[in-house]
Amino acid sequence: MRLTGAATAAAAAALSLAGCAGRQSALSPGGADAAALGTLFWVMLGGAVLLWLAMNGMFFYVTRVNASAMPRRLANGMVIGGGIVLPTILLGALLGWGLSILPDQRQPDDGLTIRVHGEQWWWRVEYWPEGAAAPVVSANEIRLPVGERVGFRLDSDQVIHSFWIPSLGGKMDMFPGRETYVSLEAEAPGVYRGQCAEFCGESHAWMAFEAVAMPPDAFDAWLDAEAGAAAAPEGGAAERGAALFAREGCGACHAIRGTGHVGQVGPDLTHVGGRRSIGAGRLAATPEAFAAWITHTDSLKPGVRMPSYDHLSDADAAALAAYLAGLT
Amino acid sequence: MSRRDDSPAAAGEHADERAPRGPYPPTEAMLAEPVPPELQAAQAERLRKAWETPKGWRYWSAVNNSEVGVWYSLTAFCFMLLAGLMALMIRVQLAVPENDAISADLFNQLFTMHGSAMMFLFAVPIFEAISILILPAMLGARDMPFPRLSAYGYWSFLIGGIFVMGSILFDVAPRAGWFMYPPLATEEKGPGSDIWLLGLSFIEIASIAAAVELIVGTLKCRPPGMRVNIMPLYAWYVMVVGGMILFAFPPLIAGDFLFELERSFDWPFFDPTRGGDPMLWQHLFWIFGHPEVYIVFLPSIAIAAMIVPTVARRPIVGYSWIVLSAVGTGFLSFGLWVHHMFTTGLPNISLGFFSAASEAVVIPTGIQLFAFAATLMVGRVRVNLPMLWIAGGLAIFTAGGLTGVMLAIAPFDFQAHDSYFVVAHLHYTLFGGMVFPVIAGVYYFYPFIAKKRLSDRLGKWAFWLIFVGFNLTFLPMHLTGLLGMPRRIYAYPAGLGWDWLNLLSSTAAFVIAAGFAVFLVDLLRPKSRQPQIARNPWEAGTLEWSHDVPEEAWGARSVPYITKRYPLWDQPKLVERMDAGRYYLGDAEEGFRETMITSVIDARPLQVQRVTGPTWKTHGAAIFTGGAFIFPTFHIYWPAILCGAIAVGFIIWWLWSDTARPPEKEMKDVGLGLSLPTYASGPKSVGWWAMWITMLGDATAFASVIFGFFFYWTASPDFPPPEALDPVAWLVGLAAAAMALAWALTRAARSLNRAGRLAAARGALAVAPAATLLGAGALIFSVLHMSPTAHVYPAIMWAIMVWVVVHSGVGAIMQLYCLAGSLAGKMTPRFDADIWNVALFWHFHALSALVACAVLGLAPMVLT
Repeated sequence: MRLTGAATAAAAAALSLAGCAGRQSALSPGGADAAALGTLFWVMLGGAVLLWLAMNGMFFYVTRVNASAMPRRLANGMVIGGGIVLPTILLGALLGWGLSILPDQRQPDDGLTIRVHGEQWWWRVEYWPEGAAAPVVSANEIRLPVGERVGFRLDSDQVIHSFWIPSLGGKMDMFPGRETYVSLEAEAPGVYRGQCAEFCGESHAWMAFEAVAMPPDAFDAWLDAEAGAAAAPEGGAAERGAALFAREGCGACHAIRGTGHVGQVGPDLTHVGGRRSIGAGRLAATPEAFAAWITHTDSLKPGVRMPSYDHLSDADAAALAAYLAGLT
Repeated sequence: MSRRDDSPAAAGEHADERAPRGPYPPTEAMLAEPVPPELQAAQAERLRKAWETPKGWRYWSAVNNSEVGVWYSLTAFCFMLLAGLMALMIRVQLAVPENDAISADLFNQLFTMHGSAMMFLFAVPIFEAISILILPAMLGARDMPFPRLSAYGYWSFLIGGIFVMGSILFDVAPRAGWFMYPPLATEEKGPGSDIWLLGLSFIEIASIAAAVELIVGTLKCRPPGMRVNIMPLYAWYVMVVGGMILFAFPPLIAGDFLFELERSFDWPFFDPTRGGDPMLWQHLFWIFGHPEVYIVFLPSIAIAAMIVPTVARRPIVGYSWIVLSAVGTGFLSFGLWVHHMFTTGLPNISLGFFSAASEAVVIPTGIQLFAFAATLMVGRVRVNLPMLWIAGGLAIFTAGGLTGVMLAIAPFDFQAHDSYFVVAHLHYTLFGGMVFPVIAGVYYFYPFIAKKRLSDRLGKWAFWLIFVGFNLTFLPMHLTGLLGMPRRIYAYPAGLGWDWLNLLSSTAAFVIAAGFAVFLVDLLRPKSRQPQIARNPWEAGTLEWSHDVPEEAWGARSVPYITKRYPLWDQPKLVERMDAGRYYLGDAEEGFRETMITSVIDARPLQVQRVTGPTWKTHGAAIFTGGAFIFPTFHIYWPAILCGAIAVGFIIWWLWSDTARPPEKEMKDVGLGLSLPTYASGPKSVGWWAMWITMLGDATAFASVIFGFFFYWTASPDFPPPEALDPVAWLVGLAAAAMALAWALTRAARSLNRAGRLAAARGALAVAPAATLLGAGALIFSVLHMSPTAHVYPAIMWAIMVWVVVHSGVGAIMQLYCLAGSLAGKMTPRFDADIWNVALFWHFHALSALVACAVLGLAPMVLT
């Protein structure tokens, strides 16, 4: 069964994460950093509109309204006043204010750091609570406690990516062989969408993730659960899916802690069923989406390393999907 | 360098014999004396014959600026239309969410090519094309100083452009974005990245050639009396932009050089696993890339600076302010590049510094715009169609400038960087600061070029369609970006608030396209039944409007003596006297194409330059240069080397047969009692200036490679790696000594030749190439034991070595060329321009060879 491009697109559209405008917006802040940058933007926008009107109004006036000759002194004054004095004052003030925000955007974290490693085209995620000896490994989703500044240590496998959750703050590039750092703090629980902002190859468009801000208690509980091994899902289809997972060799690339599967090439799937999306923000994590993904990786994310398992029957795909969706 | 005037001492004892003779400046009485009509007619006939454009298929062998300039402009315009079509395809794909009209891979090729073509095949070349076309006329010159260089540049541009653009038809176009960030671009499979690197390097070299020519043209080809402070503002901008090209393109060429060595031979300059660093490319690219923005923007301001006084019917207000601002913008633009890298994790202190520097550029830009407003204010404005385009451009550009002010604030850039906000910003600056003024220039200068007018009605239609379409397309993108849409994504999910914005942008893009279609119709519609324009239809004040209607290929009938900024307004009887051949060079007795060479600052007449005429040699040189760049794209090297050798052969043939020939008479009467030499060498000659300027660019590129070395040293902890081998010190020392010897011999040959000691000069020129090759060989062997693929430390040493060795090869060819010239009687003690230019090349080359030897030989001791 091979869907045509258009059919795949339709299916993908239907399976896409239920949209909610603003989840990825720099203008709908969910944290202090984004809020400060939002204010900066609105103030600068106001100033820009005024200056634009003044400048173009003046051009309109001298060419259309009053085309006759005006005094030379006025003209000279305008070159010096408008060209030198005014911008020096305005830009000086803007720089003073704008750059004062800069240090806030790079504050140290409150203890929890999350190491995010960019891959083509997904995110390897490791949680390092303060003093932890080993990380909690996950992928393609970031959870963070509300009211706590979380540090992100960023790097990349092969090419440059950029880590950006617009509702929480500015972006930071991710380089191979070099670590960069950014810290973010969510102020309200919610789901914010993040996306790679630096062009990183064929499916750059589909390198996204969701950031889920949770109350601290809930976050701690979630992290405990996430650290644990996978619980084998029950039910006939899911059990058949587990066998298929082994038979199709999925474990060569994917790890599921608590089973024998320890592949490191692709995303860790230990708790994949508990995530909100699959394929790095490509589809909402429903069983149908798992099946669509497994059988159509190529059309959903062109150039992706995971092959399309389109030889699987619908029933097999559904069984695998049931297994994976059950890995909560 | 523009401060450097010609010093009589430099030309030696023969200087006086070749000094201009006769009265200068001309008196009013001399100018008032009529020229007999029969003589006028005979002169015109001789001039017409000398400047005749070849007919039939030989038309394409023309090298005159009026032909090459038109081809160049039209070609750049075609590339712009193609890149525009690519933009339409991009907009179709992005019209709706989850679209699959275009594959991801094709989309990536499209946006890469759209950006690359707009920048390298349109924005920069169109400036050079228009300047080649109109600059000589503004300066009352007959042609550019090196017409064949323009022709060579044009044919190189055409071949390279077609090659790069054509790649998309074969699905092998570059696909890593127009700034080609490694490691993505270095690891790209297929020839895409190579096509970008080599194809565009080829075009960049053509651009630099044109820049050299334009700078020399502005410095040395002005009419007598046109001091620098009264030359048209356009000429000032040409000089500033030419200078910027000269210093901005070389870092990119150096980057391309390293990049291609990595692509072809796996030398790990940008590979972090072997000590390389992708950030080096970002620095080199943006040290080019930000000046590039102003290289694109300033020429458009230059066009506005010509149109605004005409519209205001008053001289420009604040001429000196504008010149200083243009120069200031040029300088500042080299200190802003890091604002393209605000999100790379650089320290806050750097961000703050570059934020402030980026804001500072507002001031010179603002002064220029306010000076235009002031001119319109004091003038009696009569709005015309070109002015409408300028005003529209200004409205758009100021918006782009203001978003630029926002983006320069580093924290805001953390959000806006690489989002559609930036896409909107850059299109506002480029449409407003480039496309609109260029179209204004087309409407303004079309009557100058074609002697016909474009339609006012169609022009207004085109204006409103493009203006409205543009704002509907790009204004929403600011919001799209702030709503989180990154640039360069081929598809997006529904429901993020981007859907209607993208649909609006995509729909309006077709309105822009409709506007361009109207413009194109106006441009191309047959106009044979339309009457020719009256001379100076806009009643402008500058010299280009003195050209004859109907057109004559000679440009200026005679080269005038200029005393005013707006000679057509302020010098009565100027055109009448030009037409009568009353001024200089009103004749072509010997049938040669000639133009005036004047001094740099005050434009005193110095020399009559015989410029070259139609030829096919430049085509051969361009085609084989193309081969030398295109074959390596497919990793085919022997044919590339062969092509390179043939190209060098063509260039030598062209130089040998047509440049620096001893003239048939040393002095000639140029009119008004003035007698000028027909030959110059050293600092008095245009060739020497061109060499100087070219070598400045070349030295900048070399400095960029050396910068790479020190960048690794400061940025990387394992440079050099602990077990690294170092170059063999004694071989490096030998190389330095041999290069110094080769330099000294070349320099001595110049003096010996001048002194008439031909045997000694020839001896020096025969030994010098041997010393050159010994030096090059020693340098090669000094690094041969180091493996350039192992680590970036040996790789950068090898790169420096390759650079010096290739230049040594060129230097040796030059030495042999002079030797051959001396033996063949082409180069004599009196006619020695070749050895002067070669010695100048060697000053630069010897310096870079010694720097290279110092780095290779001394750095290992310092680093360990």
